[in-house]
Amino acid sequence: MKVEITKELIEHVAEVARLKLTDKEIEKFSKELKEIIGVFSNIDKVDTKNIEASLQPVELKNMLREDIEEKAFSQEDALSLTEHKKGGYFKGPRAV
Amino acid sequence: MSIQEFVEKIKNGEINIVEHAKNVIEECKKINKEYSYFNVISGEAALEQAKDLHKKIKSDDKDIKNKKLLGISISVKDAICVKGVESTAGSKILKGYMPLFDATVIQKVKEQGAIIIGKTAQDEFGFGSFSVNVGLGFNVPKNPFDKARACGGSSGGAGGITKKAPFPHIALGESTGGSIACPASFCGVFGLCPTYGRVSRYGLMDYANSLDKIGPLGKSAYDIALLLETISGFDSNESTTINNPAEKYTESINKTIKNMRIGIIKESFNDIDKNVEKNVRNGIKKLEDHGAKAEEISLKLPIEHGISTYYIIATSEASTNLAKYCGMRYGISEKLEGSFNEYFTKVRSNNFGAEAKRRIILGTFARMSGYRDAYYIKATKIRAMIVNEYKKLFKKYDALLSPTMPITAPRFSEIEKLTPLQNYMMDVMTVSPNLAGLPHLNVPVGFENNLPVGMMLTADHLQEGKLIQLGSIFGN
Repeated sequence: MKVEITKELIEHVAEVARLKLTDKEIEKFSKELKEIIGVFSNIDKVDTKNIEASLQPVELKNMLREDIEEKAFSQEDALSLTEHKKGGYFKGPRAV
Repeated sequence: MSIQEFVEKIKNGEINIVEHAKNVIEECKKINKEYSYFNVISGEAALEQAKDLHKKIKSDDKDIKNKKLLGISISVKDAICVKGVESTAGSKILKGYMPLFDATVIQKVKEQGAIIIGKTAQDEFGFGSFSVNVGLGFNVPKNPFDKARACGGSSGGAGGITKKAPFPHIALGESTGGSIACPASFCGVFGLCPTYGRVSRYGLMDYANSLDKIGPLGKSAYDIALLLETISGFDSNESTTINNPAEKYTESINKTIKNMRIGIIKESFNDIDKNVEKNVRNGIKKLEDHGAKAEEISLKLPIEHGISTYYIIATSEASTNLAKYCGMRYGISEKLEGSFNEYFTKVRSNNFGAEAKRRIILGTFARMSGYRDAYYIKATKIRAMIVNEYKKLFKKYDALLSPTMPITAPRFSEIEKLTPLQNYMMDVMTVSPNLAGLPHLNVPVGFENNLPVGMMLTADHLQEGKLIQLGSIFGN
C-alpha cells in the first residue's frame, strides 16, 4: 500500500491517540515515520492468500476457572494509589 | 561460588542470610552509582525477607531445606510488579506506583526463598534495543565492559547487574522482540526467553500481549535453568499460560548433545560484523566438537519480513495497552481540569518519552480504518507464515543457530547517530523467534576487543530443555 505520510496525517493520528505534539515533534515524527512506514509497506509483497490471521503465536485453549467468589482488593486499597478520589470513588475529569 | 554451593551454605548456616543480604544491598548501591542498573534498590524489603527466612532457618523449619533459591538475590525488570516496591516499567507516567500485589513470577521465586533486591533499568515499557530509550528522568544503564557503551535492551539493567554482581544472583527479564537475548549478548551472560505462555504474565505491565514473555538472565546455563523451572507453569490468573506442568530444566544440564541436529541460519551472517561472525563460527565448532551435527539452512521470510511484521504487531498492541495510563487511578497525575480527553491528552503528552510517543503513533496508524488491513491484519497473516516456516524446520532440526546481534555493544555516541528505523533493524535476528513465540537462548561465545559476542539458539515450542542442554556446553 502506498501511503503519503504528511504532517497533517501524523497530527491526526496523534489526536486519535490522545497525544498533543509540539511543532518540533510533528516535524521529527513525520520525517521518521515516512522512512519507517515506507520500508514496512514492503510486506504487501508477501502473498498471504488463504492465510488466517494469527492473534497469538501458539495455539491456546480457552481456560476458564470456576465462577467462585475470591478475595479481591478492598475499596480502600484500590483507592490508595491516587489523590483523585471522593466519597469512596475515583474522581475523574468531566466526561461531558 | 556457584548458586548450588551458595544455597547449601545458607541452609547449613555457614553463611548468615541477613548479613549476606545487607552486603548485597551495599554492593548494589555501589555498583548503581557507576552503572545505573537499578531504578529502585529495595533494601528494606530485602532485609525483611532475609530476616523472615533467617527465623525459619534457625527454627529448623521443615520446608526451608527444600527451597531451591534460598537466599539467592533476584533482580526484577521494572515492568514486573513487586508488591510495595515502586514499579514503573521505566516510565515517568507510572512514577510513584506501588503495586498492591506480586506478579505470579515474584510469588513463585519468593516461595522458593529468593530475595528480591530491586527493579532494573529498561527502555520505557520495553521500547528499545539499547536501553537508551528510558523514560523521562530515568538513568541509562552502562555496559559492564565499557561505560561508554550500551547494555542492550530492553532488559539492559538486568543484563548489566547479572554480569557485574559479585554475589550469587539471577535476573528476571522480559522479552517482546529480543529484550532478553540482546542485553545478554552485549553483557556476556546467558539469557533465555521461553515459549510464549510458558511463564505467567500476570503482573507484567504489557508491551504487546501476544509477544511478551518473562525469562531469566544468569551467569550460567544452570542458573537460568533453575529460575526457569521455578517460574514456569499454568496460572489460573493468566489465560494465555500453557497448561503443561513445569519441567525440570536443570536435568538438561550436561546431557550429551551427540547427534543433536543444528540448522545454521545462513542469511543471519549477511552484513554483520566480521568479528561477531568469527566468534559465532567458533561456537558452532564447539558444538560440533561435542558431537552435534550442524548444517546450513535458509530462513528467508523471517529474515526478510520479520522486522516489519514484528514492529507493526508490537506497536499496534502497545498503542492500545498504553491507553490505560490516563493519570486517574495510579501512577502520575495532574491537576484535574478540562474535559476527559483534554486531561488524558495532557497526562500522556507530558509524561511519555519520545519513543513511546513514536510507537503509539505507529501502532495507532497501523490499526486505523483504511490502513488496518494493509498493515495490522497483513502482519498477523505473515506471522502465521513465519510460524509455519519455523515449524517445518523443527521437523528436521533440534535447534536453529545465528548470531544474537549483528554487532557487539555499540557506543552511546554511535547509537545517537542512528535513525529510529536503523535502530529497529538491529533486531533482525531476535524479532522472528519472538514473533513465533519460540524459546531462544543467548550464549556467550567469545570476546572481540574486550567486548562479549553472543550466539543465539532457537528451539521449537516448549523445547527449552534442548536449549539448556546445548547451552551448558558454554558454561554450566
